Amino acid sequence: MTETATRQFDAVPATRAKGAAASKSGRAVAWRRWILGALGIVFVGVAWEVYKLVGPEKGFTVGELILLPRTNDLSMPHIATMFERLSEPLTGASNSIFMWQAVVEASEFSLYVAAVGWIIGVSVGLLLALVMQRFRTAQSAVLPWIILSQTVPLIAIAPLVRRWGAQIQFGDFVWENWMSVALIASYLAFFPVSIGALKGLNSPDTNHVELFRSFGVGWWKTLVKLRIPASVPYLMPALQLAAANAVIGTIVAEVSIGLKGGIGRMVIEFAGAAGGDPGKPWAPIFGAVAIGLIAAGVVAVLGLFVRRYRRGETNA
Amino acid sequence: MTREDDKDMASEPTTTPAVIAENVGKVFPGKKGAQVTALEDIDLTVARGEFVSLIGPSGCGKSTLMRLIADLDQPTSGSLSVFGKSAKQARLDQEYGIAFQQAGLLPWRTVRRNIELPLELHKVGKAERAKRSKELLSLVGLTDFGDNFPDQLSGGMQQRVAIARSLAESPNLLLMDEPFGALDEMTREHMQGELAHICAETNAAVVFVTHSIPEAVFLSHRVVVLSPRPGRIRAIVDVGLGTSSERTDHLRESETFFAAVSEVREHLHGSPDAVPMGVDNR
Repeated sequence: MTETATRQFDAVPATRAKGAAASKSGRAVAWRRWILGALGIVFVGVAWEVYKLVGPEKGFTVGELILLPRTNDLSMPHIATMFERLSEPLTGASNSIFMWQAVVEASEFSLYVAAVGWIIGVSVGLLLALVMQRFRTAQSAVLPWIILSQTVPLIAIAPLVRRWGAQIQFGDFVWENWMSVALIASYLAFFPVSIGALKGLNSPDTNHVELFRSFGVGWWKTLVKLRIPASVPYLMPALQLAAANAVIGTIVAEVSIGLKGGIGRMVIEFAGAAGGDPGKPWAPIFGAVAIGLIAAGVVAVLGLFVRRYRRGETNA
Repeated sequence: MTREDDKDMASEPTTTPAVIAENVGKVFPGKKGAQVTALEDIDLTVARGEFVSLIGPSGCGKSTLMRLIADLDQPTSGSLSVFGKSAKQARLDQEYGIAFQQAGLLPWRTVRRNIELPLELHKVGKAERAKRSKELLSLVGLTDFGDNFPDQLSGGMQQRVAIARSLAESPNLLLMDEPFGALDEMTREHMQGELAHICAETNAAVVFVTHSIPEAVFLSHRVVVLSPRPGRIRAIVDVGLGTSSERTDHLRESETFFAAVSEVREHLHGSPDAVPMGVDNR
């Protein structure tokens, strides 16, 4: 064998071909996931309508216990009714905006509050993870509190946050209610980030850490060049969870604090209308679903920018 | 080659040796106050340009000794100097390059950027980095793979990238902890030939940890045989197969090679009493 031939005898060009084939089948898998996802939604809709068709009008109860829900139009409106209601005016007044406009406005407001909560939560979560990674004692001291923090019910802290916030005032800055809501959303959002980031920052094995030590570089460079890139596969799901948590936190806190203008408040207000206007309560629910999807989608798009750092996930 | 003469360690008496270990010992604290003596009374000198293998059964402390030289651990007794400096200073001055059994490449960096990693960390300019990585890619025979990611490479190729990375800052000392341990036999022999070739070109001293006797003999000027619990030097075998550049595959068939293999094997398996403890007196 010649020099070059020997040198490259274990250079398998097949790996490249295999890579191309894998990405092609990967695309097919992605398509299938979309189709299956859409089928899932259709299935829920069909199940709803079929049950409405065959289920007992007055439901089926044994004593007080409801075994089968009622299927009349007030309890289970047709899916078409729900969407129709979205396209109708909000109120009977002649100058009323459309229902969907009201829902979009409320959703925008809530999404904005949730985004602020998400950003605060992610920042705090990352900071805590960094401190815990750097100082082992900090990890022992802080980690139990982080876990404990999530066992406190949200509705218990909401009034507290509101009351404390009301006392904050310096210069022109006045604490507003939406800030309390954002703070509570961040309270839910920081948790997965701090846990996920800590796990990610600690994920490089001894081999890599010692390699950086052998290069004679300190904690900071090891953090930037090794720990942070290595944490990306752990961080992305954490950020997505944080986004979902921020949305839930916002909606629940809007209700607990009594903040007007958001989708949470709208859910409560419209729920009372079910008696005469069965399609109405569903409008803000669709809004809430949309917020959740947008939040998760934005984080997924962020993930596309750091795809390179997720190579280790599929090929270890 | 003109550098051939420098490689003869005896011809450089004025320069400090690559590694001097005197009376080095390492004790690990065990559970409940029990102590584990990993190394005891290690005296060893590695000359510039010399290839020294550390061989012995598992638990004999051969990796520990290499880690002490690398300043990844500190000796509990004795003294250790690397190019006349403390091990720590030598590490900070990047006097050595290191390669482990696992290639340890960063999966999010291309092969080229993996090789450039140490240079990048030490703020070497972009143009110079590119030049150096190009040289190294051709040295390890991976010129066409610079833009591939590690997961697209075979195990042997990944290990070559790791070796190229350890050579990035042209160190005078290479520390290798079973770098071919995870490779299959065929790739392994091939890589040994490659390493001999690389050593001939770079003229670096090498401390090479292995538990393969033929591997140690094929590559080394001297083979240090260690005995376990506590880790001591049992013998040092002078292989005498010539300079690294002369180490090609036909050497594996030679009488000298077999003789050295048997000698190392006897020291490894012989009872500790039968063989006098080897002490390096150079």
